[in-house]
Amino acid sequence: MKTTDFSSSSSSDRRIGALLRHLTAGSDSDHLSSVYASPTSGVTGGSVFAHLVQAPEDPILGVTVAYNKDPSPVKLNLGVGAYRTEEGKPLVLNVVRKAEQQLINDRTRIKEYLPIVGLVEFNKLSAKLILGADSPAIRENRITTVECLSGTGSLRVGGEFLAKHYHQKTIYITQPTWGNHPKIFTLAGLTVKTYRYYDPATRGLNFQGLLEDLGAAPAGSIVLLHACAHNPTGVDPTIQQWEQIRQLMRSKGLMPFFDSAYQGFASGSLDTDAKPIRMFVADGGECLVAQSYAKNMGLYGERVGALSIVCKSADVAGRVESQLKLVIRPMYSSPPIHGASIVAVILRDKNLFNEWTLELKAMADRIISMRKQLFEALRTRGTPGDWSHIIKQIGMFTFTGLNPAQVSFMTKEYHIYMTSDGRISMAGLSSKTVPHLADAIHAVVTKAV
Amino acid sequence: MASSMLSLGSTPLLPREINKDKLKLGTSSSNPFLKAKSFSRVTMTVAVKPSRFEGITMAPPDPILGVSEAFKADTNEMKLNLGVGAYRTEELQPYVLNVVKKAENLMLERGDNKEYLPIEGLAAFNKATAELLFGAGHPVIKEQRVATIQGLSGTGSLRLAAALIERYFPGAKVVISSPTWGNHKNIFNDAKVPWSEYRYYDPKTIGLDFEGMIADIKEAPEGSFILLHGCAHNPTGIDPTPEQWVKIADVIQEKNHIPFFDVAYQGFASGSLDEDAASVRLFAERGMEFFVAQSYSKNLGLYAERIGAINVVCSSADAATRVKSQLKRIARPMYSNPPVHGARIVANVVGDATMFSEWKAEMEMMAGRIKTVRQKLYDSLVSKDKSGKDWSFILKQIGMFSFTGLNKAQSDNMTDKWHVYMTKDGRISLAGLSLAKCEYLADAIIDSYHNVS
Repeated sequence: MKTTDFSSSSSSDRRIGALLRHLTAGSDSDHLSSVYASPTSGVTGGSVFAHLVQAPEDPILGVTVAYNKDPSPVKLNLGVGAYRTEEGKPLVLNVVRKAEQQLINDRTRIKEYLPIVGLVEFNKLSAKLILGADSPAIRENRITTVECLSGTGSLRVGGEFLAKHYHQKTIYITQPTWGNHPKIFTLAGLTVKTYRYYDPATRGLNFQGLLEDLGAAPAGSIVLLHACAHNPTGVDPTIQQWEQIRQLMRSKGLMPFFDSAYQGFASGSLDTDAKPIRMFVADGGECLVAQSYAKNMGLYGERVGALSIVCKSADVAGRVESQLKLVIRPMYSSPPIHGASIVAVILRDKNLFNEWTLELKAMADRIISMRKQLFEALRTRGTPGDWSHIIKQIGMFTFTGLNPAQVSFMTKEYHIYMTSDGRISMAGLSSKTVPHLADAIHAVVTKAV
Repeated sequence: MASSMLSLGSTPLLPREINKDKLKLGTSSSNPFLKAKSFSRVTMTVAVKPSRFEGITMAPPDPILGVSEAFKADTNEMKLNLGVGAYRTEELQPYVLNVVKKAENLMLERGDNKEYLPIEGLAAFNKATAELLFGAGHPVIKEQRVATIQGLSGTGSLRLAAALIERYFPGAKVVISSPTWGNHKNIFNDAKVPWSEYRYYDPKTIGLDFEGMIADIKEAPEGSFILLHGCAHNPTGIDPTPEQWVKIADVIQEKNHIPFFDVAYQGFASGSLDEDAASVRLFAERGMEFFVAQSYSKNLGLYAERIGAINVVCSSADAATRVKSQLKRIARPMYSNPPVHGARIVANVVGDATMFSEWKAEMEMMAGRIKTVRQKLYDSLVSKDKSGKDWSFILKQIGMFSFTGLNKAQSDNMTDKWHVYMTKDGRISLAGLSLAKCEYLADAIIDSYHNVS
């Protein structure tokens, strides 16, 4: 959605605007490069930025922006995937508070630059968390793990590394996938293609289509896999399906790139949610893993994550790490210390770790309970259609199956905010607000078209 | 299933003994292409494909950060780390500002949540950082003509701006000082923005080659971006005088260039926030449009928190709004939104009158210590060096760094013989020097300068 706003008060701006419109009639005004006003080009009050248009709000984060503007007392934010309590409040985990207290009490703590690869203890603990402490890849020192800025940062650094050093520059992402994936990889320098994933007819996995598309991908292509709790659909392959995917990918030398944003958050078990990744690593092959602690440790704003690259040998891993540093240094030099320190404190302490697993399970359980409640609420309303996908899907999100027009209606009439693809964040629901949502879904599905 | 797992190439399988529990690694350790793989309770040695990353070479260590790594490995008791620009106390210890500890305690007591910041960062921080830079009542702020986005310290803020330049000013060059901070070129290279250099450092005078600088800026294609260090030039420590800044602004306006300030040391150079912002404010007075990258690594000691900002001064509020929206589009696929912790610390410190005063005092203290150490180094050099060489350039330089004028071989001598760690361009970080070590350093410099070529 491009709007070129030439309604500014300066007459010179309007003259420039007219000129630009003349010259670029019918063309993409975003790519005007050669015609722009410079400060002293005889057009007083002109700007070198005249050709920059107002970018639309990010489709996901923009939902919260719109929600914040809404004065309605019944408004509901089911947009961005951030956990809310039953009272609708953000949650900082108790273990996180304890860890922060510990950090503050430690008088030896300093704020010196971390190494480019980040907090080393955090890196080691993160690799253990996702791959399992007994992973042969860890024992054989075949992994490089670098601290990055949550999931996004890990994906971007991994993508840039692959674009520079991997022989195949195409990455296959699921159809649909998290809205930010294609932008991350395109800007990283990769070509983005999709593989079939979601089947709207069943609201489940299009497994046949997935196998066909991956089977047709050129050998060596990169494939993005959601480790668990697929975003936005909530539809995950079964373990048996994962095994078939693994075999197919290894036979074609496809490079797996896992996005793990919900370990422990999907099923409530850290090990269960990591199983697909561990299956791939167990076969001795290589892969990339992007981890995020935004959801499972509630560290959203601290931007904590890690990129692990599992290699065939320790020697390769060392060289890969050195090249990752060359990607990171010109991007932000070194990662932030605070969130990574919190994670390290929790993961290294048995008691805190156990407490964490309990708090994690409680969050996952609350979401599962919301799923059941919403399903029940629609059932009691007699809302037409099969809504069982609500309880079959897993993780923070439900792909409702609603179309953009229906989503629009729900926002306008019921002040319910979600992304236009019909994805709702179950984490934003509570027992009190489920009825309102159910009413809205019922209304939009039964209303005369 | 076993057959599909092991179908990895034309080399035949070499089954070894079936071992129920353990993974046998003996024979495969000598040959990286033979691996013992366990499938259920069966262990087999199989021929596997080589790594997809086999062709990747070992990258060289970062020239600046690599210095600290080498320093750590050195066991000599006289060793001195004058590499990376991180402030040290007289006891050569890292320093966390008192005001930062206060802010963090406050934040924990208040129980601030950890929700995602907006893509552009913490609003209170963005407001505070622009006001610090320009002065709270400045027209550019009152007229809302500054687009400010929280960035990942100086590096991250520079990178956002570089990406904006690449996207919206394709083909435009950034002209950077010769020399400049080692990472500047990497940032523009990775952002795919072409760059060239303007003369800056004059080795003959160990001062500013002002004529060369003006000539090269004049010669750059119209509408180039001119990268300027707001104060405390890194690595040389040599800043233009106020009169020279005026002439720099003149030539930039004449050529319709776009100034791009890197402000990493506001308050740290002279000890005064306002004084160190003079160059930036001069350009703002001129009504120019320009970029300013800020960092709080040094002046608030928040190195590892990665807190900074990119500011774009525009000719209208409308342009600023549009520019801000496009900067957000660049940040989102890079890291989505910036880290909250450092931003909150800055906002708390700047937003509280008491803490703000305390900060200013601590900053004066840090800048003061560096000035004292400069003086002592100079005095030691003058008293020990009988050659009559003029060492006064040390006193004329400002900020954390000093360009010693030593070449690579001489710098190597500093490290190899004297265990003084510095970057190969002859830069020493005075922040890592104590009064106690000045004489030792003077000896090392004199020896390297006179006895090594």
